[in-house]
Amino acid sequence: MATTELASSDQSDVVLAAHALSKHFRLHRGRRRLHAVDGVDLALRRGRVVALVGESGSGKSTVARLLAQLHPATSGEVRLHGRPVKVRAGRRFRAYARRVQLILQDPFASLNPIHTVRYVLTRSLKIHHPGIKGEALEQGLTDLLTKVHLQPDRFLDKFPHELSGGQRQRVSIARALGATPEVLLADEPVSMLDVSIRLGVLNLLSELKNDMNLAILYITHDIASARYFSDETIVMYAGQVVERGDSETVTQRPAHPYTRLLIASAPDPDNLAAAPETNGAKGEPPSLIDPPPGCRFQPRCPRATARCATESPPSFPVSGTQEAACWLFAPAGGNEEVPR
Amino acid sequence: MTGEPVLEIRNLSVEYGYDADAVRVLRDVNLTLHAGEVLGLAGESGCGKSTLAYAATRLLPPPGIITGGEVVFTSTRDDRRYDLLTATDDELRATRWEDTAIVFQGAMNSLNPVYRIGRQLTDAISAHRPEQSARQRRDRAAELLDMVGIPADRLRSYPHQLSGGMRQRVMIAMALALEPQLVIMDEPTTALDVVMQRQILQQLADLRTRLGFSVVFITHDVSLLIELADRIAVMYAGEIVEDATASQMYRTPRHPYTDGLLHSFPPLHGPRQELGGIPGAPPDLMSLPRGCTFAPRCRVALDRCRDERPALTATAFADREPHRRVACFQHEREAAAIPPSLTVM
Repeated sequence: MATTELASSDQSDVVLAAHALSKHFRLHRGRRRLHAVDGVDLALRRGRVVALVGESGSGKSTVARLLAQLHPATSGEVRLHGRPVKVRAGRRFRAYARRVQLILQDPFASLNPIHTVRYVLTRSLKIHHPGIKGEALEQGLTDLLTKVHLQPDRFLDKFPHELSGGQRQRVSIARALGATPEVLLADEPVSMLDVSIRLGVLNLLSELKNDMNLAILYITHDIASARYFSDETIVMYAGQVVERGDSETVTQRPAHPYTRLLIASAPDPDNLAAAPETNGAKGEPPSLIDPPPGCRFQPRCPRATARCATESPPSFPVSGTQEAACWLFAPAGGNEEVPR
Repeated sequence: MTGEPVLEIRNLSVEYGYDADAVRVLRDVNLTLHAGEVLGLAGESGCGKSTLAYAATRLLPPPGIITGGEVVFTSTRDDRRYDLLTATDDELRATRWEDTAIVFQGAMNSLNPVYRIGRQLTDAISAHRPEQSARQRRDRAAELLDMVGIPADRLRSYPHQLSGGMRQRVMIAMALALEPQLVIMDEPTTALDVVMQRQILQQLADLRTRLGFSVVFITHDVSLLIELADRIAVMYAGEIVEDATASQMYRTPRHPYTDGLLHSFPPLHGPRQELGGIPGAPPDLMSLPRGCTFAPRCRVALDRCRDERPALTATAFADREPHRRVACFQHEREAAAIPPSLTVM
C-alpha cells in the first residue's frame, strides 16, 4: 500500500492521523463480516479542513467514530501527534476527548431535551476543566456562546426545543469547544439544517478553525460543500478511499471514475447544456459483507477492464497531491490504457 | 411547453388545530399547473410545501383543516372538471390515483413491509380496474417495474430486500400504474445519494416524454429544480413569494428570499467565493411578523415591509415576464446578478 504523499510531506502540523485504518463488523456472531472501512489513511493538520465525501454506507461516519475512539479499530492505527492511541473508556478516554471532539449530524437528537443550554455547556466546561466555578465558569459560558454567535443573555437559559435547528447546532458546536479541542470531527454537521442556514454554520466552523487553529474533519455527502469549505478532499466508496487531493483539483479535474460520476450527478444549474456523463452508470454500491477481491467500483465502472475484477488497485499519483485508486492511473508498463 | 390548466389552486388556506390557537400554515395560496408542465415547489422545512400538496389532494391528516379556497382539476382527456375540495368521498376514491397520483416522501415508510412488492402494485390496479384478471394485473405490474428499470422477478421481493433507490422507483412505478394525468412528488429523492438521484430523475424525464403527465415536484433543493422544472414556485412561511419560469428564477431572482436561497448552494464549478446564506432562521408560524414574513431576515427591507404584507402580483416587468408573480415591494430593485463568470458554460 502506498502511503500518501500528503501524509509524508509535512508531518509537523499533523494532529490526528489514521494509518491503514480498518473496521469490520461481525454479523450475528457469525463468521460473516461487514467491511465498513478498509485501509483508510488520512492526516488532519492544524488550521486545515479535510473533507470526507461519500454516499450513505460508504463508511465515512465509521471513520469519524474510529477517530473519536468510539469503536475499536479492526486493524490499523489512530495516531495523535504521532503517538498511537487506543483508549476505551475512563480517564484516558476523557483525556483523549479533551483534544478530539465530535459534532453529530442531528442537533435535535444530540442535545438532551430536558436540559438548558447553560447545563449542557456547564457540564462540558466542568468535565474538561475540572474545578472551574463561579466567575470563571460564567465567563467560560459567555465566551463559548459568543464564539458561536449566540447572545449569551438570550440563549443561556433556553431549552433545546426553544431553539431553531441552526441555533441548536451552534450550541452543540459550543459544547464541543468547551473542551478546547485541537481536532473537530464534524459528521454531516449541516445536512439536517435548513438550506438557508447551512452556509452560516459552515462559515462559523471556518472562522473557528482560523481563530482556534483547529484541525477539522468535515464529513459530507455533498461534494460542492466540500469544495466550498475544505482544503483537502477525500472521496470514499464502499469503505475505501478512491481519490484524494486538494479540493479544487478533485472537484474540477476528478480522476477516479466514481468521483467523475459523483460530480456529473450533482445538480449544476450553471451547466444545464452539458450532457451528464452518467448515462453509462447503472447499479448500486456493492454489499460490503465479505466483499470479493478487485476494485469495488468495478461492477458499475464504465471503464472497467479484466484486471479490475481480480486485483484491488492501490493509490496511484495523478498530479501534484492528487491520487486515485484506479488501474487507469497505474504507471506506464503496468497498464495498457492511458487516462485522458 | 404549457397547455391548458390541469390543477388550479385558488385562495387555499390551511390551519393546524381546532381552537383559537390554530396555526395558519397556508394563507391564500394561488397556483396553477398546466398540462405537460413540471412545476417545482421549493422552500425550507416548515414553509408549507408538503401541506400544500396534501391539502390540494385532500390527504391532509388531522389536525390539519382546510379553511378556504378551491382546487379545480380539469381533465385533459375528457371534459371532466371538478373541485377536489367539495367532491364526495366516492368521487374522490374514483379519481384518486386515476387522475392524480402521489409519490410520498420517504419510500421506506410508504411501502407496507409485510407484503410483497407485486401485491402492493396490483392492489391499486384491482381497486380501480376490477374487470381485469389477476394475470393482466400481474403483467401490468411487471411492465411497470420494467419501466422504472427493475427486473420483473423483484415482484416477489419484500420492501426490505430492495435498496432505497429501488424502493423509490417502486413508488414511482406505483404512482404511474393507472396512467394519471398529474403526479405529485414530495421530496422523492431527498433520502437518496446524488448518483441514484440522477438515475431516477433521468428515468422520470424519459417516462414523462413517453406518457405525458404533469408533475408537481416538491423539494428544498432549488438547484435541482432549476434543472428539472419548467416553472418554480418558492414558498416561505406558508405563502408563495415568487412564481416564475426556472430560467427567469435563476437569472434574475426578484424576491430577496429566492435570491438568498440561490446563493445558499455553493457552486461546484466557477470561482470559489464566500457565500453568506440567509441570516436568521425561518419564522415561527405561531407568531408571524405583521408585515412581510421575510422582512426580519431581509437585507433590503424598508419600514413599509415591516408594516404591510406585500401581495403576490405581476411584476413591473410584466411585458417581458408575463407569467411571473412576486410578493415583494422592492422586486424592481436590481437583483444581485449572477456573476457572468458563473454562466459562461
